Amino acid sequence: MNKDVTEAPQPATKRPRVGLFVTCLVDLIRPAVGFAAVKLLEDAGCAVEVPTQTCCGQPAYNSGDRATTRAIAEQVISAFEPYDYVVAPSGSCAGMLKTHYPELFAGNAVWERRAARFCAKTHELISFLTEVMKVSEVTARFEGSVTYHDSCSGLRELGIKAQPRRLLASVQGLSLKEMHDSDVCCGFGGTFCVKYPDISNTIVTKKAEHIAATGADTLLAGDLGCLMNMAGKLQRLGTPVKARHVAEVLAGIDIPAIGER
Amino acid sequence: MAFAEHLTSPAFKENARHALADPQLQSALHGIETGIVDRRRATVAKLPEFDALRDSARAIKNHTLAHLDLYLEQFEQKCTAAGGHVHYAVTAEEARAKVLEICRNANARLVTKGKSMVGEEIAINDFLEQNGITPVETDLGEYLVQIRHELPSHIIMPAVHLTKAQIEADFRRVHTHLAPDRNLEEHQTLLTEARVILRDRFLSADVGITGANFLIAETGTSIIVTNEGNGDLTQTLPRVHIVLASIEKVVPTLEDVSQLLRVLARSATAQEMSVYTTFSTGPRRAGDPDGPNEYHVIILDNGRTAMLGGQFRDMLRCIRCGACMNHCPVYAAVGGHTYGWVYPGPMGAVLTPSIVGIENAGHLPNASTFCGRCEEVCPVRIPLPGLMRHWREREFERHLSPAAVRSGLAFWAYLATRPRLYAVAMSLFVFGLGLLGKFFRRFRWLPLAGNWTQHRDFPAPQMQTFQAQWKRRIRTQ
Amino acid sequence: MSARDTLFASIRKSLGVTGAEGERRAAVAERLRQHPRGVIPARGQLPPAERVKLFARMVEAANGSAEILNSADQVPAAVAALLRRHNLPMQVRRGNDPRLAALPWDKERQLDVSVGASDGHQLVSVGHAFAGVAETGTLVMTSGTDNPTTLNFLPDTHIVVVDARDIAGDYEAVWQHVREVFGVDALPRAINLITGPSRSADIAQILILGAHGPRRLHVLVVGEAG
Repeated sequence: MNKDVTEAPQPATKRPRVGLFVTCLVDLIRPAVGFAAVKLLEDAGCAVEVPTQTCCGQPAYNSGDRATTRAIAEQVISAFEPYDYVVAPSGSCAGMLKTHYPELFAGNAVWERRAARFCAKTHELISFLTEVMKVSEVTARFEGSVTYHDSCSGLRELGIKAQPRRLLASVQGLSLKEMHDSDVCCGFGGTFCVKYPDISNTIVTKKAEHIAATGADTLLAGDLGCLMNMAGKLQRLGTPVKARHVAEVLAGIDIPAIGER
Repeated sequence: MAFAEHLTSPAFKENARHALADPQLQSALHGIETGIVDRRRATVAKLPEFDALRDSARAIKNHTLAHLDLYLEQFEQKCTAAGGHVHYAVTAEEARAKVLEICRNANARLVTKGKSMVGEEIAINDFLEQNGITPVETDLGEYLVQIRHELPSHIIMPAVHLTKAQIEADFRRVHTHLAPDRNLEEHQTLLTEARVILRDRFLSADVGITGANFLIAETGTSIIVTNEGNGDLTQTLPRVHIVLASIEKVVPTLEDVSQLLRVLARSATAQEMSVYTTFSTGPRRAGDPDGPNEYHVIILDNGRTAMLGGQFRDMLRCIRCGACMNHCPVYAAVGGHTYGWVYPGPMGAVLTPSIVGIENAGHLPNASTFCGRCEEVCPVRIPLPGLMRHWREREFERHLSPAAVRSGLAFWAYLATRPRLYAVAMSLFVFGLGLLGKFFRRFRWLPLAGNWTQHRDFPAPQMQTFQAQWKRRIRTQ
Repeated sequence: MSARDTLFASIRKSLGVTGAEGERRAAVAERLRQHPRGVIPARGQLPPAERVKLFARMVEAANGSAEILNSADQVPAAVAALLRRHNLPMQVRRGNDPRLAALPWDKERQLDVSVGASDGHQLVSVGHAFAGVAETGTLVMTSGTDNPTTLNFLPDTHIVVVDARDIAGDYEAVWQHVREVFGVDALPRAINLITGPSRSADIAQILILGAHGPRRLHVLVVGEAG
């Protein structure tokens, strides 16, 4: 990753300070997505920092362990308090942070306030770029056709649907082919895919069929969990569709696709 | 906890296995994904006020639930004044006993039934048969599952899991008074055959039992909604009409019920309005040329008052439209019988544990990806995934989740609340996994990883976490 | 304690009330008295002539058929014409509704008209609707001495006469009229809202008309709108 070591002179208005919530899947499995997010945010004029972090708490939350979820949430809220914005390259993690954190602290006035302030400044990456930083195009090039999967939390909790498509439309050389039922679940569902593997498999198999039917070379989405699930299935089926996080394409990052060796 | 007949919810995974391996079922389920979903979308698009009506419907139900005792009193008063009899049943057993008592008093031998999910809930058919009374389902879908001794697999389309070939085979098996080699090629022929048989039942029945989509407090009225007209023949022709209704069916006024009717048919069958929406108030009047002589309404609790006072009150808004299960990727994969009881899909995942106990239905709220499509289409805006999560919280508190899952999560939680330890552990983990990934594509021997790799490949991670790389990058600047 | 007592105590405990609270009782009494209308779709809010046209269109969209007649005198001829069109025997059964009784049935000599409820052996029935709702092409039929409910369900073909001026834009207008005519304490035993002929899709999702109720619904809209 090339980056200027020295910073550009400070503009008249201070650059927004963004705390990147990298998400544990990106952190562990595909750090390139984190670097793509950093590039996009910096290109948009933000100063990006990455405080020490672990998880948004969703695995504990969706397993019914509220105590652990609260402990993690307190940690996250505290760690990100210094920033103007909190941005995550994942609809599901951002949805957790933005829409579910408040109700964890119902009844505790102090934490309710802190959580409310935190939620108000938390965003998913693509919608942050288009709606807050008013980015309408990117300079990346991508030769080929893509299809876009609308991950459930991003779509239904945060209203993310048009924004990634708007930015993809500005990528030179890229053509978008919509799949049938792009907004239907891929079958990941966090621990669901390993607790009910056969049902998850049936759902992701249908999704793989819809992806293949578009004829697109590449599958994009804004959530790494969904992408790993779909990519894993496409590869097992021998379907020659590559999978990437949409941030990689928008940032013009050229690395092997998910699961590619 | 209330008894539950025919409950196989604890065997959810086994049920799912059978369902996934059943090509006839899979073919039948494919029809839901491609049919009703698109039709509902098209119908809703024709009514600009649809979303506003959902808000109105939710508000009416919330108001009613907050004043449920008073509206039930009003209903009872008006219904009684119109010549009807209102009975209350706290448990399913009490409801069954009351139905039997009314049937005995009427010397009933044959009972016709309109579709009633409450009737399925209290397993009234088995009970009547055990007591020498013959119940005949008249809703075509319910009839089809009755002759197979199955529960309905969907609350609106009871026989959606059946193919035409299966129905044809059932008719040959059961309608033995007809020529065994008769031509049943046309769907119309099958329908006509059922219509003729059931017509005879309608006209011979002593008692008719229906459910109630709504009860109106203002007028003491019960409402049934059908497309076939079977409910009307069930409740008009016999001497006695029994309505089975649970407590949350009551709605304050005629105008209020109209708000709900506008979202019901559109959500359930993608119709602007169901063919027959019938408002019944009391028995035959002096001068009425037809109608039942006796009209009874049995109002059932069966776990609902407990829901009213707790975290699951929102579930009592449900108007039984079935839209949630039509849009559920899990339901589309495994069908209704997998859920193991009367109420399948997302609404079943919330309601079934409320009635039969979470310890008997633990899989239901867990077998969900929380995709949120159910909540998105619910006409009364029930937060179904959130309610399923509440059930998971109850299970966690009561240590009902499998030990392996619990300890795995505890381990994760331990690390996740200790960032520095997490960083060290994860660095080791991804390094190790990255190494393994160079040699293995499948990790069958890692417990949950085995479940992943059974059906899909797992991408080998890079050998360093993002945070470790970032820290290095910052240090070198 | 009776089941009734137990159930009400349980509800009240869940709600944290005694049932005697004045404010709650007032809220309920208010809603019952005011019966607020909620959201009324704009679709049916049309001038009378347009409402009738919308009504006829919606009846057809629900797989029924509709005819607009200038005057009630034309009803017997329209009925006879329908029977001939579908090769049906020239026999109908009607209720004793005075509006039907007053029609010139004797002008159709070949038409055999009997009066009363249905016992399942009649092929064609004729009824008179209390009202129609343009919003969805819905007929409102009320039971009573003059209007046997069985005529709505047992015969194969159901013909319904409705006055154009009784076609409302929405259900709420009909309820107001119902209250005026019957009073909220004396509703007819049955009010049937009928939208199209009987149907079922229970056999492998294929839609078929005439499941248990009539296979054919024909609506005759009569007279001046407004």
